[in-house]
Amino acid sequence: MGNFDKKLERFWEVFIEHGGYVKVLTGLQNTVWIAVAGLAIGILIGTLIAVVRVMPKTNRLTKSLEGLCVFYVGLFRGTPIVVQLLVAYYVALPLMGINIPALQVCVIVFGLNSAAYVSEIMRSGILSVDPGQMEAGRALGLNYRVTMMKIVIPQAVKNIVPTLGNEFISLIKETSVVSFVGAADLYVAFNYIGSNNYEFMVPYLVMALIYIVLVAVAALIVRQLERSLRKSDRRH
Amino acid sequence: MIDVINLRKAYGSTEVLKGITTTIRQGEKIAIIGPSGSGKSTFLRCLNRMEEPTSGSILFEGRDITDRKADIDEHRRQMGMVFQHFNLFNNKTVLENIMLAPVYLGLRDLRRLKRRNRLVRLRNLFHGEKLPLHPIETSKARIREEARENALRLLKRIGLEDKANAYPSTLSGGQKQRIAIVRALAMNPKVMLFDEPTSALDPEMVGEVLDLIRQLADEGMTMVIVTHEMGFAREVATRVLFMDGGNILEDDTPERIFTNPRHPRTREFLSKVL
Ligand SMILES: Nc1ncnc2c1ncn2[C@@H]1O[C@H](COP(=O)(O)OP(=O)(O)OP(=O)(O)O)[C@@H](O)[C@H]1O
Ligand SMILES: [Mg+2]
Repeated sequence: MGNFDKKLERFWEVFIEHGGYVKVLTGLQNTVWIAVAGLAIGILIGTLIAVVRVMPKTNRLTKSLEGLCVFYVGLFRGTPIVVQLLVAYYVALPLMGINIPALQVCVIVFGLNSAAYVSEIMRSGILSVDPGQMEAGRALGLNYRVTMMKIVIPQAVKNIVPTLGNEFISLIKETSVVSFVGAADLYVAFNYIGSNNYEFMVPYLVMALIYIVLVAVAALIVRQLERSLRKSDRRH
Repeated sequence: MIDVINLRKAYGSTEVLKGITTTIRQGEKIAIIGPSGSGKSTFLRCLNRMEEPTSGSILFEGRDITDRKADIDEHRRQMGMVFQHFNLFNNKTVLENIMLAPVYLGLRDLRRLKRRNRLVRLRNLFHGEKLPLHPIETSKARIREEARENALRLLKRIGLEDKANAYPSTLSGGQKQRIAIVRALAMNPKVMLFDEPTSALDPEMVGEVLDLIRQLADEGMTMVIVTHEMGFAREVATRVLFMDGGNILEDDTPERIFTNPRHPRTREFLSKVL
């Protein structure tokens, strides 16, 4: 294990003295940013899709909207996220003549991807709310949109917080592929440190530990959120 | 007040309402009785278009509410509805349940008025002759405060003012249903529709809910009640409709329906339930 001590020493050297920690912090920040912003976009768009899908289909517009949503969800759930990233960054955006930084492309693609998953989660959440809630709102003269926003979706969200938490954790893990389009995440940082002296054992070990801690913290936050929501159920 | 003309409702190929024609006059208390599956709920729910009629028309104060262009939300505001399973909003406190719709609508009307005034001002910029602005006599805070006072007054009336900040999950069935009734009353409806308001209640709570409905009846509220409480129907109703197989088979005063029904199906039904 004397060997390992030396490896640790070398890692420390690059990490501190060659400014490796700055890269790690940037990578960490980017990872968290892509996951958080991606989930936020995912919840926004996903909720919209879910509402379109549970809406009563009364005319051609609502029917074709639903078709569009089904296609969207199928597309984003049916292809690997790496492929989506590559296609967005190297095919779609250049074809449209749009030039935006890799990090932002990642946020958008992760947001769009997560929207597909969140829409399914949200849809089952909405369907799990007693239809009587919607009926009561409508019977009072509130329109569909208002009843959905003020009554149904808040109850749906409460039911799906644990599942949404899992989606968040998946997102954190999946961000580890963003270096495919050149975004600087944890992998890029530790790869840099390792490449400095062709010594990858310790850097990747530390990277693994950081992911474990990251996911554990996320799980803790979700659990806390769940608990506080449950408490509000018992309020008197 | 409400004219129902040849109302039909079908789910796919099964016809649930087979051409119902009747008139509900102001101040009437109508009880609808009949066997399970006879279309009582469907009929009641057509009256505020919670169900879309397949054909026929329903005139409310002369306006046809089955018309596609009719403002259905505006219509529903004038018709309170009370459900078998209460349907209080689970994510809102008792007070919020009662205030939600009045506050939302008050704020919306205020917004509309302000928008119209902006247009008038814009127009006045370019015209010599000035149009007057729509008077605005209220404010957001006023609307909320008034809705709150009204809600508390209604809660006091049913003796539940101490539950104002409780969530529905902490209440008994009877309490929930009485709150559901005053929630509908908070919109100042012209008609109240009740669909088996006591069927989901434990027997000891039926009385408190029926008492409240009886009070409303005594105050002159027009109402339509689908019920299996024959004693209550007999006592409170001014007219009883007996429905069977999607038709109104008998439409008469409670005395005659309960003591001397003309139709054999009515007799058979009453002999089973009385
Ligand atoms: N959404 C629906 N789709 C298909 N059939 C329906 C639907 N809603 C009601 N029905 C059918 O319509 C018929 C009348 O139902 P309705 O609920 O109006 O009866 P009801 O007189 O209120 O009965 P109950 O006393 O059991 O409440 C029933 O046979 C029922 O199965
Ligand atoms: Mg019924």
